[in-house]
Amino acid sequence: MRNIWTIASRELNAYFVSPVAYVVSAAFLLVTGLLFSLIITSTLDASLSPTFSNITFILVLLAPALTMRLLAEEQRMGTLELLLTSPIHDWQVVVGKFLGSLVLFIVMLLGPTLLYVALLLAFGKPDYGPIVASYLGVILMGGAFMAIGVFTSSLTQNQIIAYILGLVILLILWISGSMSQIVGGGAVGDAVSYLAITQHYNSFLTGVIDTPNVIYPLSVIVVALFLATQVLQTRRWR
Amino acid sequence: MTETMIDVQNLTKDYGAYVALRDVSFEVQKGEVLGFLGPNGAGKTTTMRILSGYMPPTGGSARIAGFDVFEDSMQVRKRIGYLPETVPLYTDMSVWDYLGFAARLRGVSDRDNAIERAMELTNLTDRADTLIGKLSKGYRQRVGLAQAIVHEPEVLILDEPTIGLDPKQIIEVRHLIKSLAGEHTVLLSTHILPEVSQVCTRVLIINQGKIVAEDTPEHLSARVRGAEHVYLQVAQPKPEIPTELEKVKGVLGVKAQDLTQGVYEIETNLGSDRRSDIATMAVQRGWGVLELRPVGISLEEVFLKLTTTEGEE
Repeated sequence: MRNIWTIASRELNAYFVSPVAYVVSAAFLLVTGLLFSLIITSTLDASLSPTFSNITFILVLLAPALTMRLLAEEQRMGTLELLLTSPIHDWQVVVGKFLGSLVLFIVMLLGPTLLYVALLLAFGKPDYGPIVASYLGVILMGGAFMAIGVFTSSLTQNQIIAYILGLVILLILWISGSMSQIVGGGAVGDAVSYLAITQHYNSFLTGVIDTPNVIYPLSVIVVALFLATQVLQTRRWR
Repeated sequence: MTETMIDVQNLTKDYGAYVALRDVSFEVQKGEVLGFLGPNGAGKTTTMRILSGYMPPTGGSARIAGFDVFEDSMQVRKRIGYLPETVPLYTDMSVWDYLGFAARLRGVSDRDNAIERAMELTNLTDRADTLIGKLSKGYRQRVGLAQAIVHEPEVLILDEPTIGLDPKQIIEVRHLIKSLAGEHTVLLSTHILPEVSQVCTRVLIINQGKIVAEDTPEHLSARVRGAEHVYLQVAQPKPEIPTELEKVKGVLGVKAQDLTQGVYEIETNLGSDRRSDIATMAVQRGWGVLELRPVGISLEEVFLKLTTTEGEE
């Protein structure tokens, strides 16, 4: 655990000295802020859910930008050699990187949105359940996105390629919701609709926390981080 | 009492069809400084990467402090300090933070003291708060060295530690490596030959993935030499000087290298020193000796001889 935190905390520090974290955070808050104010002023409904339902797509675009550097840059700069020859396991490097990006996501992107909650509380009587569930949902979904980004970042030395690969995977997961309607029923349709992020995420927005919807992002995280570890290990054999 | 710290047996590494190392075996005793010498692409970096646990060998075994580098990788990694060929630096960190990170990775408990000690040894103390990205090549190399010694490892593996340094810094780094020997065991690679004779207790010459020679720097020179050479410069060069000199007992041959400058190269029997006889003759004949010194064959020549004959096979 100490090793993981060593990696994660270095990653957090690196985020704050580079402009990427600030730019991504500002972009995220600008867009969600616009959405929030437009939605609130038109619906006059003290609810966070309409705003949060739009976060999915914003994160599809922005999450890979937060993670693209993580392992690609280590490989390009040769610092991966330091990590892989230190008394620390490959999976601890990967999990550390992931946690660093997840903490950044929670603090820099989600943290400031608590202002929206404060506004709702000040001017209306929002339902607490959906708000808490929405935050849990968005953290789980963000975690899955970050893990996929860690994986694509392990594949290349090039941050841009890592970003594009991450974006493509997330876009496929995002559109599989509508694809499942085209495919129709049956095993294939079920599989495609299970992959759809929006379907699992949207139930959180209504205030429902049920097991399959929690397991889905968690399994994406586990699989993506496992694959990233495998990629690091095969890198040693070259 | 000696203790084998690095034990490499029949190490082989291939990248597909390309064989980078074949059947390399050597041992390094505690406190030794072993120089790893070879042209680029000879297999130095590959060997060091295997020893550091970065990549597994294709065949053979390597043990550090008794632990197999592949089976007990974590035990090995705790005991080594490794400076890779590409110095692994985070340019967005300060020297202090970077060394702190390296110390944390190795589980150093008293970090502040460890960092201060490493910075002192590498002359970095005044740069503690400088961002690594703003440092010159020489300083970066030193930060890399500091990183390798911050946890006081038993074994130091240094891949080209003096590359990119200016002459003054090179001397400092060599002193540092020498001072670390004894307590630590050092394996360093280089293609700067004087470095080997100055720093290393033993040399290993590797070429095309194979060890071609292993000895002390002095013995290696002597082995290839075959005869002693003496350099003589006189004020009044005369045509009869070579024939006269050849009369001195033990002198095998004399070559006039530069007649106008009066420079001669005298070859004498191996293991004999004929300088006083030569000087006596020169003084008696009134040639006016300007300079008389033994010519050691340089490691460069040894190295070229060994690596080129190998290549011609």
